[in-house]
Amino acid sequence: MTVPVVITGLGIASPNGLGKEAYWAATRAGRGGIGPVTRFDASPYPARLAGEVPGFAAEDHLPSRLLPQTDRMTRLALVAADWALADAGIKPEDTEAFDMGVVTASSSGGFEFGQNELRKLWARGSQHVSAYQSFAWFYAVNSGQISIRHGMKGPSGVLVSDQAGGLDAVAHARRQIRKGTRMIVSGSVDASVCPWGWVAQLAGGRLSTQDDPDRAYLPFDARAAGHVAGEGGAILIMERAEDARERGARVYGEVAGYGATFDPRPGSGREPALRRAIELALAEAGCAPGDIDVVFADAAAVPELDRAEADAISAVFGPGGVPVTAPKTMTGRLYSGAAPLDLAAALLAMESGLIPPTTNVDPDPSLGLDLVTGAARPARVGTALVLARGYGGFNSAAVLRSSLSD
Amino acid sequence: MNTQPFTIDDLKRILLEGAGADESVDLDRDILDTQFEQLGYESLALLETSSRIEREYGITLSDTILADATTPRLLLDAVNAHLADGAAA
Repeated sequence: MTVPVVITGLGIASPNGLGKEAYWAATRAGRGGIGPVTRFDASPYPARLAGEVPGFAAEDHLPSRLLPQTDRMTRLALVAADWALADAGIKPEDTEAFDMGVVTASSSGGFEFGQNELRKLWARGSQHVSAYQSFAWFYAVNSGQISIRHGMKGPSGVLVSDQAGGLDAVAHARRQIRKGTRMIVSGSVDASVCPWGWVAQLAGGRLSTQDDPDRAYLPFDARAAGHVAGEGGAILIMERAEDARERGARVYGEVAGYGATFDPRPGSGREPALRRAIELALAEAGCAPGDIDVVFADAAAVPELDRAEADAISAVFGPGGVPVTAPKTMTGRLYSGAAPLDLAAALLAMESGLIPPTTNVDPDPSLGLDLVTGAARPARVGTALVLARGYGGFNSAAVLRSSLSD
Repeated sequence: MNTQPFTIDDLKRILLEGAGADESVDLDRDILDTQFEQLGYESLALLETSSRIEREYGITLSDTILADATTPRLLLDAVNAHLADGAAA
């Protein structure tokens, strides 16, 4: 018997809106947050646009004790976690410590913090390196800081599989809840808009070098030429459906299915494994392809990756067989934060009966997708599929089912 | 090298710069004999604090001094003893 696990709280920090309300107001209206990099001087770099979270002053939200020891990604994650807990109506101080865990994802760790400390090491000597460098750059630091802040001593950890990690973390959180932990803080927030993060992403060869924010990130478009990097993501509160019902919580939806696969060796000529991940997620959710109301795409904006994703979607749903969208065209790719933000968008789409649009894109008709472009599309969204691929061959898929759908 | 005596105000400034302050703690009341742990500073915060003191005053504090100096007064005494040694030498 599998225990249904639901999402009852959302905390959002997105380039097109800080906080759930601001994010959804912008997203449903197709308002983007991509612009010139402001966090450092990107003018000498080939990529000069980013999705930066606007108006975030950590000192307005966090105690001074936490500021010297946290990277920007951790500050965003801590604040998003506070909001998610409040949204879920959970007071950690009233909950047994071992009944609460934290499972997030990460793709780079605290790069900005790490870069500053490495600069001090080489420019001024080891005595000038912060003692907090010992953990502030860790992949697991967001999980650790959230768990310390709220006294959460249940199963905790971090998943690292680039963009796919955002779904892998949610799946692992679900696994821990099924094993008996009452509540897990999951989702993910990433941020590495700093020179070190930039050169790492540039080395991957997938960053767009366009300077026009409306033409820089165009997945499924014949003009696709890489993505814009962004920061932010979403923190999600997950618990057993039964517990949520008992305490009278508002339930956004159920994490009904999940599948993860790894691509075959490059050059093998074998089919990429994304289709299989989708099929696994649908099977676990007990869904036929026709039951899915919308697909939130990974949307790499690299022509061969867009083609592979479109092929996988068409293989399962038939050509044009399901509405597909990529609201991340408004934010840039947020790495491990991307898929949790897509999960949040899917849940908000269910609530408002609107599929948020893929902005700026003129779909390549040869890909055969029913891409939602221009404006949000009114639709009854009872079930959504979210896809996320990670650099190096990771594929993950998750099915969400609305709590309003029965 | 700074040979001024190391005062509680110096320590408070360095604590705030390096580790911030716990919301529930008022560093402006008399904290000289309060355990650092009760002031919300764990071992890493003290490591950061001592490395800032070392940098600013050009001294090296041994690990035992740090382990033994569990209150602001003990840390002030240890640092000032060090500064006096340096001045005498």
